[in-house]
Amino acid sequence: MSKYYLNHLKELEAEAIYVLREVFAQFENPAILFSGGKDSIVVTHLARKAFYPAKIPFTLFHVDTGHNFPETIKFRDDLVEELGVKLVVGSVERSIQEGRVREETGKDASRNRLQTTTLLDTIEENGFDVCIGGGRRDEEKARAKERFFSHRDEFGQWDPKNQRPELWNLFNGKHHPGEHFRAFPISNWTEMDVWQYILNENIAIPSLYIAHERDVIWRNNTWLPVSEHITIRPEEQMERKMVRFRTLGDITITGGIESDADTLEKIVAEVAAARQTERGNRADDKRSETSMEDRKREGYF
Amino acid sequence: MSETNQNIQLLRFTTAGSVDDGKSTLIGRLLYDSKSIFEDQLDAVKRSSERKGLEHIELAHLTDGLKDEREQGITIDVAYRYFATPKRKFIIADTPGHIQYTRNMVTGASTANLALILVDARKGVIEQTKRHSFIASLLQIPHVIICVNKMDLVDYSEEAFDKVVEEYKEFSAKLDVKDIRFIPISALKGDNVVDKSEAMSWYKGETLLNTLETIHIDSDHNYIDCRFPVQTVIRPHSDEYHDYRGYAGRISSGIFKPGDEVTVMPSGFTSKIKSIDTFNGPVEEAFPPMSVTMTLEDEIDISRGDMIVRTNNKPEAIQDVDVMLCWLNNKGPLPRTKYTLKHTTNEVKAMIKDVLYKVDINSLHRVEDDPEIKMNDIVRVKIRTTKPLLADPYNRNRITGSIILVDDSTNETVAAGMIMNRN
Repeated sequence: MSKYYLNHLKELEAEAIYVLREVFAQFENPAILFSGGKDSIVVTHLARKAFYPAKIPFTLFHVDTGHNFPETIKFRDDLVEELGVKLVVGSVERSIQEGRVREETGKDASRNRLQTTTLLDTIEENGFDVCIGGGRRDEEKARAKERFFSHRDEFGQWDPKNQRPELWNLFNGKHHPGEHFRAFPISNWTEMDVWQYILNENIAIPSLYIAHERDVIWRNNTWLPVSEHITIRPEEQMERKMVRFRTLGDITITGGIESDADTLEKIVAEVAAARQTERGNRADDKRSETSMEDRKREGYF
Repeated sequence: MSETNQNIQLLRFTTAGSVDDGKSTLIGRLLYDSKSIFEDQLDAVKRSSERKGLEHIELAHLTDGLKDEREQGITIDVAYRYFATPKRKFIIADTPGHIQYTRNMVTGASTANLALILVDARKGVIEQTKRHSFIASLLQIPHVIICVNKMDLVDYSEEAFDKVVEEYKEFSAKLDVKDIRFIPISALKGDNVVDKSEAMSWYKGETLLNTLETIHIDSDHNYIDCRFPVQTVIRPHSDEYHDYRGYAGRISSGIFKPGDEVTVMPSGFTSKIKSIDTFNGPVEEAFPPMSVTMTLEDEIDISRGDMIVRTNNKPEAIQDVDVMLCWLNNKGPLPRTKYTLKHTTNEVKAMIKDVLYKVDINSLHRVEDDPEIKMNDIVRVKIRTTKPLLADPYNRNRITGSIILVDDSTNETVAAGMIMNRN
């Protein structure tokens, strides 16, 4: 190979930086949807690179379900302080208190779906015209259809049948007042790319991704973390296990896998050998074959 | 590093074929045989195949993501798939074979290094094959692989394969594609996709996957014409970088080095590159598709939409542009409508002044007496812009030679265009 070539990670990085700069140039009030998960951490790291030596010109925007891993919140606050950026928190708890949404009840109740209302309300309150997300097309079949610049109507809805064609590197972010965009700079990355990149760049991530001892129960085919937000059922038994999480979401729905991968190198090796997708342990995706598509149509990210 | 290979290249390819040519099956087969399918994905496909009462696993279901697509068994929109082997990573732009074929194919083809075109061995080169090949040629995809599929249905006959190859070569002589290869396959049975076919010992070439893994793509970029469209200006205003003024962008083509004399277009001011900066430190050289930040020796007023180029190799600044346009929207253009034209990081107002001819993509003939533009049409037009474009011909530069038109009332991207000349 000639010396003028970029390996796949460098090429993906260059593409993501280009997209982030386009977002900055084409929109008035952008925010990074920051969940504290690895993908939004990588996006934030890329934003740092895109505008270096200037500060990240984006607000960090966290949709807080109120059912967080405490580690995630601490990680978020530390990062915000380090970067010196503004943080906006949309609270699902508040949406419930204000009667904007009703908490689900029943056996597998989750706040996942409620996030959409909080997300859209907070976008409106803050006047964000674009939210940059860490969504990747390899995650889920509905996401495979996603554009880099993804238009949302005034109700925040995604219409997969009426997306703007995206050609070459010409992104069209034009929109009417009230509409907004979602931008996905790491669309073309896979889970493996994200982990290799975190390893190469030595990016800090919450300890939850790394194998650790934790109290868990076996529910819905996964090791669910014991927390104040779940009720242990009579037939369930709390156990102490070495686990780690492949994705991070609401603590009530994020299942862990048994693992002894306690370093980034071991995680990369484990991901390489994985026979299940990373979202295989997310209860929110298992509700129906199209649950992600349905949520995205409503405005979920 | 562990067993996962880091130092590998990315190959972007697009797939084309008519509805029943087995495109989804081929992609499913590539993913399945290269062990890029996770168990839970496979389980989901098994379940939905069973629900439909099928005896075999419908590999095509691996790629149809939307509810409507699975229900109707069709692909509605471009979807992107990923897989990797120890030798390369692949991005597949999976484009639907019908309804809005041209528009979708153009979308998928715009960033592809390679087009994979499926031909049914029983049917040979049909209109659809010609259309897809024409689009691959028009979009200047550097490599084309013709997969002669369903070889199992013609008894794996060498004569049948040769006949298709002959037919295709005769037709493609008119096209502008540099690298065309032919592979006899059966996507359904897996012959010559990932594993070499035992039924076709007469075929001495490589399998499809092996071809994808080894095809030479280093020279797909233009390393000659130095073009750096400025995306944004970086002014940190911090104590440490008080006077820092960097021009952020992505190298479209050419190789830039500190010390190079450059000209800023359209102002025409000349300076020297002081540094090429990245978060990981300054670099000695920048080449496509790197994203970097440049600083110059002199203080020049530069903003988004400007282009930094080599002084002795400049793009032409033109206001009357000859463009091959693919119309993407349901609604055709009304006379004298003004559009926003996007070209690199620049935006200008533009109007279609003249429709020169339409291309009949079945016969490749020019149609000169039909000026009405409809969705999926490919037309050669003259466009007048309010400000000059810093343009290169598309066949020389896919980045600085491409444009899109945006309708100012709906904000929709209505057309994709390729700049044809420097007039």
